[in-house]
Amino acid sequence: MKLTIQVNEGPYQHQSADSAYYFAKAALEKGHEIYRIFFYHDGVNNGTRLTTPPQDDRNIVARWSELAQQHDLDMVLCVAAAQRRGIVDDGEAERNGKDATNIAPGFRISGLGQLIEGGVQSDRLVVFGD
Amino acid sequence: MSMLHLVNKSPYENNNLSTASSIMQGGDELLLIEDGVYGAVKAGKASAMLEGCTVSVMGPDLAARGISEDKLADGVNVIDYNGFVELVEKNDKVQSWL
Repeated sequence: MKLTIQVNEGPYQHQSADSAYYFAKAALEKGHEIYRIFFYHDGVNNGTRLTTPPQDDRNIVARWSELAQQHDLDMVLCVAAAQRRGIVDDGEAERNGKDATNIAPGFRISGLGQLIEGGVQSDRLVVFGD
Repeated sequence: MSMLHLVNKSPYENNNLSTASSIMQGGDELLLIEDGVYGAVKAGKASAMLEGCTVSVMGPDLAARGISEDKLADGVNVIDYNGFVELVEKNDKVQSWL
């Protein structure tokens, strides 16, 4: 089964960021393909590498990056949501004249069309949010 | 065509469970996750809404809220994330009631 997962909420804010991760992990372990994970609204905060949780807490951002590396996942942050919340990659820094980037490994910034295409190309679209 | 309905809010918080259960058809299934697990408690506000529905509930979310399985309404299946993936596989579509 080919899946696209949508995440609408940020880490440490709402359980959906955890639920989506555990669901994705279980699906991959069962041999399913994740076509794309699309982070929308506050969900884009899952993709900042500057997050520094206490050492005895889970590192939600690093956990996504590791999963992406292990399984070659396509993790996309919505560009409009990312701009509003200050999530920046090299392209966005140049385009908007920013002096730094903060996107975490394994994430990329793109448009809402990536969510629609993910839904079209996948057998199931599973949405996690508030 | 069957649909998996995901409800993540307590029935004491909003009406998502009531709306979902009233719209569910034939072979549809209901999965309660996150605060939605409060809907599976026996003799709770939602008990009548669940009648006639195939209902599963996330075990880890129950445990996180201190709800033991003997407190659940009859016929509710307790599952883990593997079971979640299996339900997504089994049903043609997934609707999250957000």
